[in-house]
Amino acid sequence: MGELTDKLKEVFPEIEPLEDPWVETVGVPATLLPQVVQELRDKHGFNLLNCLTAVDYIDQGAIEVVYHLMKVPEAEEIRIKVKVDRDRPEVPSLADRWPAANVQEREVYDLMGVIFTGHPNLKRILCPDDFSGHPLRKDFQLKSAGGGE
Amino acid sequence: MALGFRFDLEELAADTIMLNMGPQHPSTHGVYRAVLTLDGEKVVKLENVVGYLHRGIEKLAEDRTYPQIIPYTDRLDYLSAMLNNLGYVQAVEKMMEIEVPERAEHLRIIMAELSRMASHMVMIASFSLDVAGWTAWFPPFREREKILDLFEMASGARMLPAYMRIGGVASDVPPKFFPALERFLDSLPEMIEEVKGLIVGNEIFIGRCKGVGKLDLETALAYGVTGPNLRACGLAFDLRKAKPYGIYPRFEFDIPTLPNGDAYDRFVIRLLEIEQSARIIRQAMAQIPEGPVQAKVPRAIKLPKGEVYHQIESSKGILGFYLVSDGGNKPYRLHIHSPSFVNLGIMPKLAEGAIIQDLVVIIASIDFVMGEVDR
Repeated sequence: MGELTDKLKEVFPEIEPLEDPWVETVGVPATLLPQVVQELRDKHGFNLLNCLTAVDYIDQGAIEVVYHLMKVPEAEEIRIKVKVDRDRPEVPSLADRWPAANVQEREVYDLMGVIFTGHPNLKRILCPDDFSGHPLRKDFQLKSAGGGE
Repeated sequence: MALGFRFDLEELAADTIMLNMGPQHPSTHGVYRAVLTLDGEKVVKLENVVGYLHRGIEKLAEDRTYPQIIPYTDRLDYLSAMLNNLGYVQAVEKMMEIEVPERAEHLRIIMAELSRMASHMVMIASFSLDVAGWTAWFPPFREREKILDLFEMASGARMLPAYMRIGGVASDVPPKFFPALERFLDSLPEMIEEVKGLIVGNEIFIGRCKGVGKLDLETALAYGVTGPNLRACGLAFDLRKAKPYGIYPRFEFDIPTLPNGDAYDRFVIRLLEIEQSARIIRQAMAQIPEGPVQAKVPRAIKLPKGEVYHQIESSKGILGFYLVSDGGNKPYRLHIHSPSFVNLGIMPKLAEGAIIQDLVVIIASIDFVMGEVDR
């Protein structure tokens, strides 16, 4: 558990430190995410939302939304994980206060089906508008467009 | 009134019109589409439409073994394929804790920096072309041709080399490689001088680009803009220095920055970066030892359970590979954080209030590649 995690835990006792050999990682409840991110940004200088993605853990019935924040130019990093129910994956959107989240949240919505509540324009970005399903989910069936198996 | 009628300017104001730009448009550099709302010549709103080149590389990767994914990474930013190779293989190596032989490390640096140069040359050439500077197309493309020849010597392919391997590179370079590289580096300053003479100091070019698409540092960071576009806003942030990977700490080079954050600076910064890349390559050439180019790796590559986020400074910004392994021979999940995708997110902001002619300049100055945006 790193120094930063300690400081965060003082303010938000609900967060959970997670083991990772390379980068400080914390698990954050979905409802708390905007406050934690705000704290990291305002008090600790994490000014770059680097990477926003999600992983489908179908065995656990959960989707994990993963945020990598970075402090520029020191290049210090923190990883935030938000675990949500696979059937009702809802996470508060960061897009209104952090524009970098806008397109990346749309991508996660498109490919993984996570609903970012409060997003100004949550629609598909990489797949066509009339596409059905979320292809990066583990139970998404791949098939050829030509009618074959 | 003398004319006998009165009119109200407010009432006369024409409605806005919608204009579709792309996906087949010569200045959108690939299949990028912008839906514009125009008030006369002024852009009121721009909406990005992407995805035309979406091949589902992240999904495909879940069904391929680790070495099989390397050729797919070529097809992300196809203008700097070697850099994508590097980011991916280093992510895998980080998890397997593989030590890469010295000679391979040096070859990787040389190839990565050549790739960066080639990518910047395309940007410089196509930017010039977009503002009707036809002559300036040729010098960068002439030099880029030499880089592609070097790639062909090393890997057999010019654009999509798939040269790097988990634990090293595919093969050592042939004897004629280093003399050719030397000749290329010797001819490079001439190209830079030519571009400077033709474009950088050109009155028309300055008139079209100075102050256009101005981006301040705070906005750039808020939108997640990285790479040369961020450095053109005055911040010396480069992962090769800030969070070094490979053997970059051994080389001396500067991070060029420019203060204005406009299209002109975004153009010039790439010329400066080409010079720095050449510096790195010269040092790598001088230091490269003899020896093997491939570490001993198991025939069937399996990664321990866990996850890693490895990022490198690609030609367009931070390129990250988020790799999740369940202990098998295929990734459980591979997310590619592409700089072009994020940098493109700033387009609506930059286009707001711009004149439609400037839009072409802004698009060219952001320098995105749709292969990487759409994945």
